[in-house]
Parts: sequence; structure tokens; C-alpha cells
Amino acid sequence: MKAFSFILLSLLFSHASFSAVDATSVNFDNQTITIALTQEPPQLNSMKATDQVSGFVLPHVMEGLVRYDRRGRIVPAVAESWEMNEKNVTFHLRKNALWSDGRSVTAHDFVYAWQHALAPKTASEYAFILYPLKNGEAANKGELDIGQIAVKAIDDYTLKIELERPLAYFIKLAAFATYFPIREDFAEAKGDQYAADVDDLLYNGPFILTEWVHSASLKMVKNQNYWDKDKIHLNEIHASYITADTRARLNLFIDGKIVHTRLDGETYKDALTQRFRIRKFSTGSVFFLDYNHREERATANLNLRKAIQHVFDANELVNKVLGTPGNLPAYSTFPVWLQGIKGKFRQEYPATIPELDITKAKNYLELAKKELGVERIPPLILLVGDSPTAAKQAEYMQGLLKEKLGLDLKIDIQTFKQRLAKMTAGEFDIVAAGWGPDFDDVMTFGDLFASWNLNNRGRFNNAEYDRHVRIAMGSTDPKVRMDAMGRLQEILYEEAAILPQYEQGVIYLMNPKLKGVVRRVVGADPDYTYARVVE
Amino acid sequence: MLKYTLKRLLAGIITVWFIATATFIAMHQVPGDPLMNDKAVPPEIRKNLEKKYGLDKSVPEQYVIFLGNMLKGDFGISFTQQNRKVNDIIRDHFPVSATLGIMAIFIAAVGGVLWGALTALYRNRLPDIIIMFLVILGISVPSFVFAALGQLLLVNINSFFGYSILPVAGWGTFSHMIMPSLVLGLGTMALLTRLMRSSMLEIVNEDYIKTAKAKGLSPTRIFFRHQLRNAILPVITILGPQIAAITTGGFVVELVFAIPGLGRYFVQAVQQLDYTVIMGTTVFYGAFLVFMVIVVDILYGFIDPRVRLK
Amino acid sequence: MNSYSPSEEDFKFVTVLDKGDQLTRPSLSYWQDAWLRLKKNTRAIISLYIIIGLALFTLVGPYLWRTDPALQDLNQISQTPSFPKKAVVVGPYKRWAGIVLNDFPAEPEEYLDFIPAPKNLKVVDAATTQQVRLSWDPVVGAGGYNIYRNQREPESINDLGLPLGSTLGGNEVSYEDRLNLESRQYYYSLVSTDGLDESDAYISIEVTPQLTIELATAKSRGLVDESSNEINVEISLEFHPMGTDYLGRDMLARLMQGARVSLFIGIFAPFLYVLFGIFYGGSAGYFGGKLDAFLMRFADFVVALPFLLFIILFKIGFGIGPGESGVLPMLIALVLLGWPATARLVRGQVLQIREEGYIEAAKLLGAKNHYLITRHIIPNAMGVILVTLTFAVPADIFTEALLSFIGMGVAPPTPSWGSMCNEGVKTMLSHPHELIFPALFISITVLAFNLLGDGLTEALDSRMRSRE
Repeated sequence: MKAFSFILLSLLFSHASFSAVDATSVNFDNQTITIALTQEPPQLNSMKATDQVSGFVLPHVMEGLVRYDRRGRIVPAVAESWEMNEKNVTFHLRKNALWSDGRSVTAHDFVYAWQHALAPKTASEYAFILYPLKNGEAANKGELDIGQIAVKAIDDYTLKIELERPLAYFIKLAAFATYFPIREDFAEAKGDQYAADVDDLLYNGPFILTEWVHSASLKMVKNQNYWDKDKIHLNEIHASYITADTRARLNLFIDGKIVHTRLDGETYKDALTQRFRIRKFSTGSVFFLDYNHREERATANLNLRKAIQHVFDANELVNKVLGTPGNLPAYSTFPVWLQGIKGKFRQEYPATIPELDITKAKNYLELAKKELGVERIPPLILLVGDSPTAAKQAEYMQGLLKEKLGLDLKIDIQTFKQRLAKMTAGEFDIVAAGWGPDFDDVMTFGDLFASWNLNNRGRFNNAEYDRHVRIAMGSTDPKVRMDAMGRLQEILYEEAAILPQYEQGVIYLMNPKLKGVVRRVVGADPDYTYARVVE
Repeated sequence: MLKYTLKRLLAGIITVWFIATATFIAMHQVPGDPLMNDKAVPPEIRKNLEKKYGLDKSVPEQYVIFLGNMLKGDFGISFTQQNRKVNDIIRDHFPVSATLGIMAIFIAAVGGVLWGALTALYRNRLPDIIIMFLVILGISVPSFVFAALGQLLLVNINSFFGYSILPVAGWGTFSHMIMPSLVLGLGTMALLTRLMRSSMLEIVNEDYIKTAKAKGLSPTRIFFRHQLRNAILPVITILGPQIAAITTGGFVVELVFAIPGLGRYFVQAVQQLDYTVIMGTTVFYGAFLVFMVIVVDILYGFIDPRVRLK
Repeated sequence: MNSYSPSEEDFKFVTVLDKGDQLTRPSLSYWQDAWLRLKKNTRAIISLYIIIGLALFTLVGPYLWRTDPALQDLNQISQTPSFPKKAVVVGPYKRWAGIVLNDFPAEPEEYLDFIPAPKNLKVVDAATTQQVRLSWDPVVGAGGYNIYRNQREPESINDLGLPLGSTLGGNEVSYEDRLNLESRQYYYSLVSTDGLDESDAYISIEVTPQLTIELATAKSRGLVDESSNEINVEISLEFHPMGTDYLGRDMLARLMQGARVSLFIGIFAPFLYVLFGIFYGGSAGYFGGKLDAFLMRFADFVVALPFLLFIILFKIGFGIGPGESGVLPMLIALVLLGWPATARLVRGQVLQIREEGYIEAAKLLGAKNHYLITRHIIPNAMGVILVTLTFAVPADIFTEALLSFIGMGVAPPTPSWGSMCNEGVKTMLSHPHELIFPALFISITVLAFNLLGDGLTEALDSRMRSRE
């Protein structure tokens, strides 16, 4: 049998080689850890990365002008200091920031990266995050040359930026992956191959990628050229397994092969019996049901939406249907972790919690029927994704609306791309949606339902809402901005524009011998940068 | 014989062309848009993306371009793995699926023939009943349950011995392959056992067995030379499609055991509507399958002299 | 010695008085004969009864067990099979503002190295399955508290159980737990944090909530009179003989309804495509030559089509809108994509049988094609065909399950055994009944079909006819 397999292997593995993995999850002497990824990063080109896995790997191997610390505050990274004055921002780069080939990270590298992320030819899906740069949007649309984007390298270590309009949170944006530097000579030499493999990428982060076996494993090794390398304890991070199956990853954790795994509604019970310490973490995303506000839809009727608002109990959904700890019932588009003027936004501007009142709800429903001129509301179509949790929540909503209001709900389960197509085309009455933050500011949620936002799939169109978004966008005064945001929150409630469901939380296991891992809402999550293995 | 093989190969190529065309048409009929993502993309960026992937051309034009590239053996660049060539994806990941599939088929075929013959010999006696009970169990439990149970078993064994006897997941060494291929092969093994048994029972009543007995041949010789050889025929017929089913249908096992096989890629590609990967893998698998069928048919001629190949 | 002289009489025919014993048997047709022999096979007959029983279970069952399979009983989620439970009727849930101290800082003034565990952890109000409310004394230096819940007494800080939640600041000293509460023993633990990192000290209390049901829920379920307004009375909850699933739906009712989908797809699809496969493969194998080559190439073409992609296409092609179960399109898709395997198998058999001596003999006697096919070839190939058929039943039940899993199968809330298995496998350790029951039904079905298939193989085997 062994000989048989040997022949097979030598026959079949002539091209691809998969390194054997049998390392344990943590190694104190070598300061090495092993992790599992949920899927393979589609690519590691910082200009184009959009997904979570790239969002995890990239900040470990690359670094922008600034980064977030463990408490979510902005700290210097490649930039030593910066000045911001209305529309002008100047970054002063540190001189000891090096690329993995030993050359300095210069202001030109940022200019190149930003210009090319905005170049129409690159077709970056996240180019919009660079729109605050003056002429950025016009360049992306091909109206202006990318040379006219207002980002200039004064010298090797000074980067000068002019913004389209004053932007309170621009420094926070600069920590985002699309803002990472790329060195021109290297990228041009690689051409289309840039970031396709470990040798096709230049690193300036705490780690460098030394091995990338597609769909099987990744290996990150401490970057000896990193300017702050004394603070980095881990020598190697092995991502030796790639699977989205939570049970498989729990089994790997039990077997001592990986340091971290996320638990779901099914696996946490097994983790409990194993007596592991379970931790929780808020991902920062909000999930909600988005109504279709297009005129021809029944859901365009305010009273119908109000009726549903008064029977839906987010608390019950979270506690009985989702059934995993960590999730919070959502009563607003703005999650509780967002910063307000001084403290938390939601403490300064509390959200109205809809009261549960079946009589009121039925009155609203009668009004809706009258306005729509129907005896019965026709069955509503609820568009959901194909994950088991999505189906479970849809089934719950179906049961709830039938029992409380006698409303029929038809569940339309669609795979990812089909669902997106239907969402964009407006082929739904209600759609299950979620929104995760791109940066740490209320605006990442605030402009979501502005009439011009393409992610406003239900086409909610409210002049007052738009007006307040513009007020918040045009100001850098925290009070003015937050007041406008507070008003947005009220409008969404009054109009029952969406039905907030829950703020996502996850529970997970982490090897207790690994300390200093940071979970974060924006940026690399989990962040192993400053982690260390203890005895 | 040679002429027959050549004719079959020619027919095979036409079949593959048909498959490619049917898949191409089907793929473009499925609603959904491969370029859409969680966050909506402004129309300008979308136009740029369309240009990059050649989706700005009409579907017939795309088809002609696709056929031209296919003849050159180039399937283009993946939509989701944006820097990878579909050829590279197939080259890297098909061997994994194939290794797993061959191991599974090997286990299934050896086990199936052995158990099937055994049950036929001990017909209606205890070994038969026990094996048939296991077979029923083997087919009434779906692969995703087997995969979960198999992995759980490994975890428990490893924690019982306090030492990693077999890896729980991953890929790379022979020990990584044992449990996945066993799990993958179980269903087929049950099917083959069942098929082998009924086929054996039929052959016991054949005249040539009686003749052989009357001639005074030893039971072992009868068993191997006559019974087994003849009974194996229907098993081989089904083996061709089964090999294809196993190499393509292993995605559940590949997912659970974190194996970098092509099956996972294909299912993901269909879900993500990754046009180039769908086309590439379909054509590749189609060709593979057609080839396997031809091989099986030719094998058939070797094993059963009664079937003349024209 | 008399010599006998023959007379006229002696040369007359003897009249036969009775016909004596003549060995005849009633002329039996092939199928009558098969039925007779099948009846003698006890195992096959028992299987037949089981299959009839399953048909009754799914067709008549719902009229006897009138629980709605889609009704969600969120008070009884993932219950194991048990006798009806007693619950206390309570009023509607009232929101609780919690306890927030105004004279205590939310953020600690300075970060301490060690924050002690809070003291005086106690239950506020009555602990019921509606809610468990906890309060405690604040701790200096705390920027928040984490609340844990376990089902056994914690052994150490690493054994506190589920992290239920955290408070927003050090001045919030209460927590309300509503997460899937059951009437069982719980241990709640509390750990202080500095707003980010946890302290190493904890405090625990034991709480056993009382099983309750809201009056409005009890009314809508018909457990109490519509006019009744009594609270704090004890009533019996609904009986779930096979337990409930993850949304508190009755397993028995769902199994009955799920059987419709699974048996319909599991039996009809194989039946149809095996029938088609016999016809197709039989023609190909029998006529051979160009026709054979052409038909088989077409079969190869169908086999190689990507199943998943085409299932999606069929699903859309047949226009399943939202809310429809999508059983029929799936059936059609399975038949359209499933027949080639049988066709190949039948062809293989026919090729083999065609060369048999008795076919040659029948041909010499002038037998026509259809006679040869129906009388000789099909009966002789029946064994292998039936085995395929009995195997196709579970295979299709699982194909349906797998498709349900990736969102391409029957739409919820329509259950099927396969999709129930799929849900059950995720909780197989904590709630095994959710996997065992549907799996058991599938196994029984498969077993019955197999044994019946065995019986049929023997009964239909024309070579056995002579051996009675």
C-alpha cells in the first residue's frame, strides 16, 4: 500500500507540492503558531483586495501610513507624524521604514499606489475609498489623468495631499489596505503577475510571505527589515489549513493543530463539553432586513412597514433563533461600538426601541390594506442567501408574520451572485442584508441609505435623509456631524425604512498559550502582529 | 481494434465540444452577474472590469473567443482568483482530487469485489447478513455524515492516545489521505458489494460453472477463473462513471478535511459564477470522463471475449 | 391345461373409465409465477409491508397527527423526545432597564493591575425561562463586566462556559439573560474587565429557571381558554413524541411531511430514469452498430454535463418562483441528468446476454425482436437493474439533501429527510435526535427497498422458474 501510494504521488505530484503539516498549534521555543484560514485569499494586491481573508493577510505583511493600536486608536506606522489643516494633509515618513528587499519606503510609493488604484485600467472595486483625494473620483471615471490626483511627494519622506473637501476621518482611512504603498519599479516589472505569488509581492509589514501553496497553505515569517521589529515576538505564522467548515476547524483545535477557531450555533455546544475557555467578540457588522421602496412594491407602503416594525422583536431573534451568544439585538443602523462626540454614539444619541404592540400593528396593517386598495396583502418575497443561518432566520420571519399579522412571506433562497443580481434589479420585497464598517467612523454606516448610494438596494429615497448626510459630510465639527447622524437614526426609525435585526458577534476559541492577539472591527482580524507564545 | 479506438477518440472530441457548448450556453443563461460583489461597484469601475474580462463583447463573440483559446489550451484567468490562470488551477488541484479519487476507488473496488464475493459464497448465512447490514448502513448514511463522523473518530483516537496517530485534516502525506479516501470510497464500496453479490449469484447458476464442476475443477479455480472473472463485468461497467463521480463529487470530503482539490474549486466557481473556471473545469472533467468511459469500454473487450469490438 | 382362445371382444378398444393421475399445473404467466415466489420470501414481504407503512405514514399520518409541521414553538427548542412538560403561565415579557449607577465612573480612572471579582452576585426577580436577571456590586477599577453561563459548576476561570455578554461600562451592574433558557441548572459567572482585558478572578452563582409560557402564546396555541386570564397556573405544554428541531418545530410532523418530498423524489426519479435507461440502454445494446455508438456517445455527453450548473439552470428554466417548494423541477432535473448510468449498465448486460445460447436458439425458432427483448433480455437483466434501482433510491434522497444544503433544493419551510439530516449533522453531539430520526427513516426505507429488491431479483429471475 505504501509503495502504491508512493508511485501515485510521484506520478501525480510532479507539478504541485504540498508540504506536510504536522506541527502543533503553538511552539514556545520557535515562537511559531499555526492557524487555519476559511478560504484562500483571492489575491494579495492591496489595490484590488476586497475580501476578508486578504483583509487579514495583507495588514500582516504590509503597512500603511498609520495603523490601529489594540484599543482601536490611530498610531504612527510608516508615517512618523502628520498635520491636517482643512483640506491639506501632510505626512512625514520615517526614514527607517524599509521594503523587504532593504530599500526605503518613500512617499513616491504611496503616490504610485494611490494613482494606480484609481486608474480606470486597474478596475479596483475599492477605488471609491480613495475618492476623498482631490480629483480622485474624476480620475477613476477617466475624466482626468491620474497625474492630476492631488497627492504629491515633496521629497522622499514628505507626502502632501489635498482633499476634495474637509474630511474629519481621513487619517483613519489612511490605515485601509487600498492606501498601502506599492513600489513602482517592482510592480511595473511584475506587470499582471504582481501579487500573484510570494515572489511577486514586496513587503513592508511586520511579516513577509514566504510560502503560498494555493488552496492549501500560507506561511508568514517575521520581517527582519521591519522598522519596529523589536516589538514583534512571533517568528512564523503558518496558515496550514484552508477550510470553511466550522466543525472541521473545531476538530483541528481539539487536536491541538490550530490556535484559533470561530464557533457557531452548532459547534459551541461541543466546545463547552471540551471545557475550553470560550471568548466573544463583536465584528462590528449590523444585519437588517431592507425593504424595497420602489413604487410598485407593497413594501413601499409606510403603514405596512410600521406593522412589521411593531411585531418584530430583535431580542427574541437574537436569543431564540440565532441562539449564539455575542450577538446583540439591533435597534438602529448604527452599532453600539461607534464613537460619538466624546463617548459612544449610541449613548449620546439613544435609538428608539420599537414597542411590541399587536393591536397597533394590526391597525397599521388595516391602514396599509386600505391605502393599497387590497383585501389581503399579496405574499411578500423575502430574498435571502443560501447559508443555513440565513434560511433559519427567514423561516423564523415567515412563521412570525404569518402568526401575528397573517402575512404570507415567500422565501427566495439564492446563491451569492444570483442574490446580488436580484438585489440590484430590485426583484424582492424584503431582502436580508448586512453592512460591515470600512473605517472607524459613523459615516461608514451613515451614508448607506442616501439616495445616491449604490448599496442602498431598497432605493430608500428621503430628501431629509440626504440633506443630513450632506450636512455631516460637509463638516469637520463633531457636534454638527453627530447631530446630523442622530437625525438620520430617527428618520430611519420613523420611516421604518429598514428592520434592524442584530449586531453580529462571534464566539471563538483561542489557545491560552498565545497572548496579545487583538480582535478588531476594522483592519486585520484577528491581528497576530504583537502576539507572543508563553510557556 | 486500433480503428475502433481512433473512432471512439474522435467521437470523444466531438462530445467534449458539445459539452463545452452546452455549458457555455447554460452558464450565460443562469441569472446573476460574476462581477457583482458585496459592495456595489460604481458603473465606471464596472465598465473597466467588463473590459478586463471581455464581457463587454456579445455572447456569440465571447463563444468564438473561448473556442479559439480552448483550441490553444488556454482557459483564461479566474474571476475570483484574480491573478491565477485556470490552467494553473487545474494543474495544481486536479492531481489532488485524482489521488483522492483513485485511492477511494481502489478501496471501493477491492473491498466491493471481496465483500461481494464473500456474501455470495456465504449466501444467507451469518457473514452475508452482517456484511449486507453494513452495506445498507453504508448507503443509507450520506457522505457528509460519514465525513463528520470519520473526523470525529480521528479526534477521539488522537486524544485517547495523546498523540497524533492520523492527522485530522490537511493534505501532504500518505497519512493525510487515509481517512478521506476511506470516507469517500465507502458509498461506492457498498454499491459495488451489492452489485458483485447479485452478479455472483447469477453466475453460480450458469451452465459453464456446472460444466467446470462436472469436469472436476478445484473450487478455487472455478471461483477465480470462472465466477469472479464473469461477475466482475457489471462492476467494471459502473466503475467508469463512478470514477468520474468520485473525482468530481468529493467536494464535501475536500471541504471537511481541508483538502486542496479541484472539486471544491468547481463548486465554489459555480456558486460565484466564475465563468472561466466553470468552463475550464467542465471541459477538463468532460474530457477526463469521456476518456475514462472509452478506457472502460476497451477494458470490457479484454475481459469479456464475447463482446467484440468493432 | 386349457388353451385360451381369443374372442372378438378381446380385440375391441378398452374404454378408459377415468383419466388417472395426470401431472399438470395451471399455466402461470411470468409475472404470476414471480409473485408466487415473492410471496414465499418472508423478508421481501415484510419489506413490502414496511414500504406500504411508509406510504401510509406520509399520506395518512398528517391526518392523525395534526400538529402543524411549520409551527415554531420557541419555548421548546431542540427538545429530546419526552412526555409533555409542565409550565407556568406568565404575563408578557416586560423590558428591563437594568441598573446603571450614576455616581460610579463608566471608565476606570486608572488601570489597575488586578481587578477583584465583583461581590454580591444575585438574581433579581424570579428566574424563569423567560428571563434571568442578575445584579452585583460595582468594583473599583472596572471598565465593564463579562457574564458567563455554564451547565456545570466551573472548575477554573477557563471553565466558565458561554460568554453571554458584557456591560458597556463599570457602572452598569446588571445583566439580563434570555439566551435559549431551559429549565435546568445553570451556573452564572462574572468577571471584571478594564474595558478590554479580563481579570483573573470570578464569582459564580447557581440558578435553576422555572419553565414558563407567556399567556398570549398559550392562548394562540390553544393550551388555555381564549377567555382565561389566569397567570401563575400550571399547564401542560404540547406533546412532541419525537422531540423538536432547532426552531421548536414538531419532529414527527416534519418527518411525515418530509417523507413526501424524500419518497417522491427518491422513488419517482429513479423509477423514471431506470425505465428510460432500460429502454435506451436496451435498444443501444440490442441493435448495436451505429445506433449503439450514437446513443452511447449521447449518454457520455449527458454524464459529463456539470450537474450543479445544470440543476441551477433547470431550477430557473422551470420557473420556480420564491416560496415554491421546487420539488418537481428537481425531479425533472434528476431524471434528465440521471439516466445515463442505468443506460450504460443495461447496455452492458444486454451486450452480454445477446451472445447467450438461448438467444441464438430463440432467433433460430424465428423469435421477433420485441419478443426477444421482453421475454429474454429484460428478465435476464432484471437482477442488475433492480439493484441499481434500489441504490438509486438513497442516492437521490441524498442528492436532494446536498442540493438543499447549497440552497438549490426544496425551499423552506418544506422539510425533507435529507435536509433534516443536513441540519441534524451539525448538532449530532448535543441533540442527536435531530439526526437519528431522519437518518433512521432513510435507513429503514433503504433497507426495505433493498430486501424487496433482493426478493424481486430472485422472483423475477427466469432461470429460477424451472427449480420449483
